[in-house]
Amino acid sequence: MKILVCISNVPDTTSKINFTEGDTKFDTNGVQFVINPNDEFGLTRAMWFKEKQGAAVHVVTVGGAQTEPTIRKALAIGADEAIRVNAEPTDGFFVAKQLAEVVKNGGYDLVIAGRESIDYNGGMVPGMLATLLDMNFVNTCIGLEIDGNNATAMREIDGGKEKISTTLPLVIGGQKGLVQESDLRIPNMRGIMMARQKALNVVEPVDAPQPTQDQKFEKPAPKGAVKLVDADNVGELVNLLHNEAKVI
Amino acid sequence: MSVLVYTESLKGKFKKNAFEVASYAHKVAQDLGTSVTAVTFNANDDASLGNYGVSKVLKIANDKLETFNAKAYADALAQAAQAEGAKVIILSSSADSKFLAPILTTKLNAGYVPNVVAAPDSTSPFVVKRTAFSNKGFAHTEISADIKVIGLSSNAFGVVENGGSAAVDSFSPSLSDGDFAVKSVEVDRVVGKATIADADIVVSGGRGLKGPENWGMIEELADVLGAATACSKPVSDLGWRPHGEHVGQTGKPVASNLYIAIGISGAIQHLAGVSASKTKVVINNDPEAPFFKAADYGIVGDAFEVVPKLIEKLKEFKAQNA
Repeated sequence: MKILVCISNVPDTTSKINFTEGDTKFDTNGVQFVINPNDEFGLTRAMWFKEKQGAAVHVVTVGGAQTEPTIRKALAIGADEAIRVNAEPTDGFFVAKQLAEVVKNGGYDLVIAGRESIDYNGGMVPGMLATLLDMNFVNTCIGLEIDGNNATAMREIDGGKEKISTTLPLVIGGQKGLVQESDLRIPNMRGIMMARQKALNVVEPVDAPQPTQDQKFEKPAPKGAVKLVDADNVGELVNLLHNEAKVI
Repeated sequence: MSVLVYTESLKGKFKKNAFEVASYAHKVAQDLGTSVTAVTFNANDDASLGNYGVSKVLKIANDKLETFNAKAYADALAQAAQAEGAKVIILSSSADSKFLAPILTTKLNAGYVPNVVAAPDSTSPFVVKRTAFSNKGFAHTEISADIKVIGLSSNAFGVVENGGSAAVDSFSPSLSDGDFAVKSVEVDRVVGKATIADADIVVSGGRGLKGPENWGMIEELADVLGAATACSKPVSDLGWRPHGEHVGQTGKPVASNLYIAIGISGAIQHLAGVSASKTKVVINNDPEAPFFKAADYGIVGDAFEVVPKLIEKLKEFKAQNA
């Protein structure tokens, strides 16, 4: 089985978000970049398929040279090879088209992507990729087993979960649940050393349209001060929620 | 040329978000000088959508579509969009809408923007405001493709009734076997309890509650309020509560009218995930907890004393206002 894990290079979850160039660009100054958390759960599940079922695991990202430390980390965790498509990922459909080219050329059976990136939150790349290639697709995937050509997946739905049966080739949009938080791996020194020897192939993008463009960004309006209620006067909170906030 | 809207239902009954997306579609249709066509799947009371601004319903009645199937539903919606010549398609932010949106968008060569929080800034060019960076910011995004697909954030626009009426036409999309290559085997859905996705009120517990055995009062508080229960990331990582309850940047987003955080300090990731909630209440014994900076109302105190008192006061309130 040949697996491709799609990795997005995103600001660490603790990052403060600021914008620059007249609020038209995300300000990367002082920001630490990491593997998108939803993708990291998928990468870790892919490592399980590698170790238990002998799968080959490649990783791919669409981004400039500045994303290479993030993709090297994926190699240090245990992926066999990496591909970087040398383009700025400014639109979900554009990224899906780039990934479709990589999947076509690499002959992958299973593509594991995150449900969404935690920066632009588009949540569209996995589904677009699957549709472009006519592969099966399961979103918000919280469990995945592969047996030969058959796949059994769990999908998170609003208020519960759904068990799904399908076949390879398959694309999933994964999230926590594919593996647990405690299963995530911190690369060790040996992994980091080995990652330096592994192939990181840079490919140029194919032409693709960008049907959406972010014009301007803004930060949420600053919050007013909290109204404190005394712990001995809880009835006052009920009163405020009813008469002032009008939410009960 | 109408605006098309996907109105979701469960076992024949429209979900709350169906009325909100219909209301939003009505606003967009007014801006564009056109009308709203809704697509329904095995729904019971199709004509009721008229009250929310829908002029025409394309009613799909098909046993094979009884359980949601993203590809088949996307195929049906694409055919409806083509039949109507729709240039704008409105979806919700439910798990189902987010599943089918990229499939539908790709089939139609459209442009898709999810997490939209307001009526379009302008319709020519077509620009919408959406959340980005997991609610730590907003983007104003132009859709330049001919067909525009919009995913509306829940509780962002609200439900608007206008007393109109809708004509109901039956619609039979042609579906292929390939549409059903991803099969639902079993659906395990909590019944009779509000879900985080569509609850008006969410009651959430953190590590300050000390252990899973103390969740009784959280559930009782949620019960009194008709609320959904949620938890912080450490609580789900520790296995005190199921992952489906984890709210925050890497968990579920919350956009309820009222969010009550109990024993949650308010890590930046958690605050981002719940920031779309309209009113936030924090109960925590640490006055320095970051959540107090993000909340509208707060009580500094021991949750084990405050919450039972709050339950009692709410029961009194409910009895008086019943």
